[in-house]
Amino acid sequence: MSEPAPATAHGAPIELENLTKRYPGSPQPAVDNVNMEIKAGETVVFVGPSGCGKSTTLKMINRLIEPTGGRIRIGGEDVTDIDPVRLRRKVGYAIQSSGLFPHMTVAQNIALVPRMTGWPKKRVAERVEEMLDLVGLDPGEFHGRYPRQLSGGQQQRVGVARALAADPPVLLMDEPFGAVDPITRDHLQDELIRLQFELHKTIVFVTHDFDEAIKLGDRIAVLRERSHIAQFDTPEAILTNPADDFVSGFVGAGAALKRLNLSRVRDVEMREYPTVTVDTPLQQIFGLLRAGGTNEILLLDRRRRPYKWLRRGDLMRARGSLARAGTLVHDTVTRDATLRDALEAVLTDNAGRVAVTGRRGEYIGVVDMETLMNSVHELLEADRLDALEHQHDLEEARAQQTHFEQEGEATERKA
Amino acid sequence: MNFWEYLGSRHQQLLTDAYQHASVVFQCMVLATLLGVLVGVATYRTEWAGNLATTAGSTILTVPSLAMIGLLIPVVGLGVPPTVIALTLYGLLPVVRNAIVGLRGVDPALVDAARGIGMSGPARLARVELPLAWPPILTGIRVSTQMLMGIAAIAAYASGPGLGNEIFRGLASLGSKNALNQVLAGTLGIIILALLFDAAYVLIGRLTIPRGIRV
Repeated sequence: MSEPAPATAHGAPIELENLTKRYPGSPQPAVDNVNMEIKAGETVVFVGPSGCGKSTTLKMINRLIEPTGGRIRIGGEDVTDIDPVRLRRKVGYAIQSSGLFPHMTVAQNIALVPRMTGWPKKRVAERVEEMLDLVGLDPGEFHGRYPRQLSGGQQQRVGVARALAADPPVLLMDEPFGAVDPITRDHLQDELIRLQFELHKTIVFVTHDFDEAIKLGDRIAVLRERSHIAQFDTPEAILTNPADDFVSGFVGAGAALKRLNLSRVRDVEMREYPTVTVDTPLQQIFGLLRAGGTNEILLLDRRRRPYKWLRRGDLMRARGSLARAGTLVHDTVTRDATLRDALEAVLTDNAGRVAVTGRRGEYIGVVDMETLMNSVHELLEADRLDALEHQHDLEEARAQQTHFEQEGEATERKA
Repeated sequence: MNFWEYLGSRHQQLLTDAYQHASVVFQCMVLATLLGVLVGVATYRTEWAGNLATTAGSTILTVPSLAMIGLLIPVVGLGVPPTVIALTLYGLLPVVRNAIVGLRGVDPALVDAARGIGMSGPARLARVELPLAWPPILTGIRVSTQMLMGIAAIAAYASGPGLGNEIFRGLASLGSKNALNQVLAGTLGIIILALLFDAAYVLIGRLTIPRGIRV
């Protein structure tokens, strides 16, 4: 085979234009005039109270619910009037409690869409193995199992594998992790982030859990009743500068704490700490402690991993024995840990500092209360400025729209 | 002549009757299943249509079988036609009812998922809804078959085929030497056939219900 393996399809942009859904017999539309542009490869989360129309809006994108007005464009193509079956085969769809067909094996479930779209048998079989591998299930073990023989989390993984099997550029997820326990949900969210990092699909994700939205979304659309967009912005901006009382009510208490989940230790400044290793001569350690501006040094083991905190006087009390002096380092964080984890570690440490380590546990730096606070203040300030700017743009766009609408009326009147 | 001697001397006739009995029940059941599932598929989506089909089925079932066959004779004549028509009509109800209940019982989330991944209407029905509704449908077929076994005996009244002839002959000559043997042979024959069919259904269930939804 000289043909190169087909590259995976990256995301396609989605545009919703004046999307509206009216149900006969109800005076108010269920979804009212939604305008939204979703960039290629972006994860957008719709979040809002139950019954706000977020799920309806999502289902209009693959036309499980036919819109009564407006246009949908995916990758520039107007899909509002094309055959819905053809549309849906290009759009992955994952739902709550997985939606796996219980009478088919895991492999048969995943193979459904590729088979319907007419892939050759051999390629379908390869694809099934590939997808199982992608979602972290051993193909040999899970291939022939039936859904009921899987745990909730495993079912959900297979559901995602099925949605992605035909390599659609767009993936719609309707509260996919709503029915699993919190620990499994956390794992699944991490998996989705990893998948998205590899695949760069355009994902539209519906949830009512704001924390899930913050964790997964590149941008979050906070929706109020009739799917009106209250705010559509990055998680950082929504946390630090909610557009109105509705959004801040939805963000809930502890916005600043939630913000800490969005930044990593590597984003903040670390302090250099004087370090010695267990092989350093005692004299030198004494000298360092006596001369240095600090009254504490970090003792590393032979592989440069943090081992003990040594204070002035510790060595004296232990009569010069490194083995007995100082306090053991019991907690470290990695550079990929969230600031929230770092804060937790700093708060539980009796001296208010925590050592940061690299991939093999080697010492990199130290984070303490002061550096953490400074960094967080800077982050929040930057977010606030960004959000203000976005809000300004949004208001301008809105003003323009009203302007157009009024002008439209005026011309109608003239005609 | 005791019962065993009777069986020994008439086994040729009895086997032919039993074969014809089984054959007519089997053929009518195939017909009833096809029609029943078709009616179920056509009506389960709408509330009133489904209810109408079920009610019509129950109404047919309340007509006494002897009366039904009697009424059919002037229309279609004697012999096989009234037997087949009557048996098929009686066999419909359990199949229709279970098909509707089964199809309506498919988890709406699964239908939604099937639509969402791009299955067309017929594909959805063939690959998702009918396979999931199959266990209750099969139960309906099983109940129908048991019922038809008994009703088929009445067909002898219209000179139809089957073990009913044996029973009717016995009843007509009550008091004679072989009357009791005849009735007994016919009845036992029907019971044995019913048990054999039931065993076959267990086997069919094993073979056709996917492992993932077998209870």
